[in-house]
Amino acid sequence: MTPLELADDALVAAQRLSEWVSRAPTLEEDVALANIALDQLGVARLYLQSLGDEDALAYGRSDAEFRNCQLVELPLGPSRGDLDFGWTIVWLLFLSAAQKIRYTQLAAAGDEIAAKAVKESSYHLDHALEWTVRLGDGTEESHLRAQAALDELWPYSHELTEGIREEWLSVVEPVLAKATLAVPSTTWAPSGGRNGQHTEHLSYLLAEMQSLHRAHPGVMW
Amino acid sequence: MGKFCNTERMEVHGADGLLGEVEEAEAALRSAAARDLSGEASFDAIIAADQKIEPRDVMPDAYRKGLIRQIAQHAHSEIIGMQPEGNWITRAPSLRRKAILLAKVQDEAGHGLYLYAAAETLGITREELTDALLSGRQKYSSIFNYPTLTWADMGAIGWLVDGAAIVNQVPLCRCSYGPYARAMIRVCKEESFHQRQGYQSLYVLAQGSEAQRAMAQDAVNRWWYPSLAMFGPPDAESTHSAQSMEWKIKRFTNDELRQRFVDMCVPQAEILGLTLPDPELRWNEERGHYDFTQPDFDELMRVVKGDGPCNRQRMTHRRRAHEEGAWVREAAQAYAKKVSVQ
Ligand SMILES: [Fe+2]
Ligand SMILES: [Fe+2]
Repeated sequence: MTPLELADDALVAAQRLSEWVSRAPTLEEDVALANIALDQLGVARLYLQSLGDEDALAYGRSDAEFRNCQLVELPLGPSRGDLDFGWTIVWLLFLSAAQKIRYTQLAAAGDEIAAKAVKESSYHLDHALEWTVRLGDGTEESHLRAQAALDELWPYSHELTEGIREEWLSVVEPVLAKATLAVPSTTWAPSGGRNGQHTEHLSYLLAEMQSLHRAHPGVMW
Repeated sequence: MGKFCNTERMEVHGADGLLGEVEEAEAALRSAAARDLSGEASFDAIIAADQKIEPRDVMPDAYRKGLIRQIAQHAHSEIIGMQPEGNWITRAPSLRRKAILLAKVQDEAGHGLYLYAAAETLGITREELTDALLSGRQKYSSIFNYPTLTWADMGAIGWLVDGAAIVNQVPLCRCSYGPYARAMIRVCKEESFHQRQGYQSLYVLAQGSEAQRAMAQDAVNRWWYPSLAMFGPPDAESTHSAQSMEWKIKRFTNDELRQRFVDMCVPQAEILGLTLPDPELRWNEERGHYDFTQPDFDELMRVVKGDGPCNRQRMTHRRRAHEEGAWVREAAQAYAKKVSVQ
């Protein structure tokens, strides 16, 4: 993956996660999700800074110029309008497992930003993994919700894990088994984010994120 | 790094002096712990000796109840306070400001956690406290019932609202109840950081384009009087003050703290180049303080009673998060039970 792809995955994920602030099921979880959002934002900034002016890149590009995978732009609980924490947990499980694998590979190849990010992504993965098991094997309702999220999100995992699918499955499948969740059988595998072809959701996300910055061109904040 | 003004090291005068008081309170707390009168001394003797009451000590019921009310209200304020600032995280105009704001709002959740933990030492549960907030039996600071309409509100809140919170809370670092005093020391250190960041962010706007400057002035105009009202009703009308002072929970009256805040803000506003919206504001040589216009206390009472611009919105938001998270909390409990049985 290119630095821009890594940056955009992390930036868009941070934007989605930060929507949860003040809305999580517990106060502890509010702190945890904000923390993960901050980590994602931190990595995004480092990669963007390695490419140029971070704000010009974050606020100046249109949706078609973003190179994130489609998974990260999908609305989470708050922007879906239902505050479904289970959906966010499955999303985070997918994302953090993939990020941990990629950062580990890149760190081994001498990428210093990735080296810093590996530790954070293992924490994110642990967090997502523990919650996946709790929800999958918790109550009947939580099991149904987690399975529904898994079914809906699974197709988007293909683009996320391009080139690392086997390794990713070897992390995720045992977690799903422990959580008594079934691996979906669908073979649908939407993609295009890496070429700038996104879902309808990204341009709304960017409209919100970029509105103020674009209303005042050229000033300092 | 991107472009931003070099205000990182700019001192916010007044706040630093207050931080010194936090450190003194911390030292006093350590020496109180070393002496440890508790167990043998009576409540009155501990208070008289300026020592700390700890959870295992015998304490009057009114002391316990008053503290629960105060700590809970404080904790709830931290939690509800996440909403007005959370409102701008997704639209923050630079990535650096986004990170700062996100970290700040996360700190507020952390403050809520320490304070709920301090309240729990008095024999009340988190569930009871949450229920008291959601049912409206316990209050939170009225300041959070005002809307955040522009980005400059993030700066004005940091400067004025976190600033007022520090002035209110620094004396609580020396409060007679040990767990509350210890929680306040942690909280105050972070609040002073928030105030500094808010001030810097406002400073950049005040030095910025005409539109940014206007945004900054408008935010100060809207937040000034609600911030003054954060110190509560005037002393003559304050119901809990006298007893709290006697028990060394409170150390200064509402009016004393309000004056301290005004005296701190005036020179800071001058450095910002922004005007505090009070034509009566002027130095009084005789008193050695600034004269100022009091906030509208009738408005404060209306907001306390539930008719501020955002009371309904804030409570609906909190209730909804709580209700829609119920299945998650139940699942965590059910899973913990399964694991403990195995
Ligand atoms: Fe706070
Ligand atoms: Fe604060």
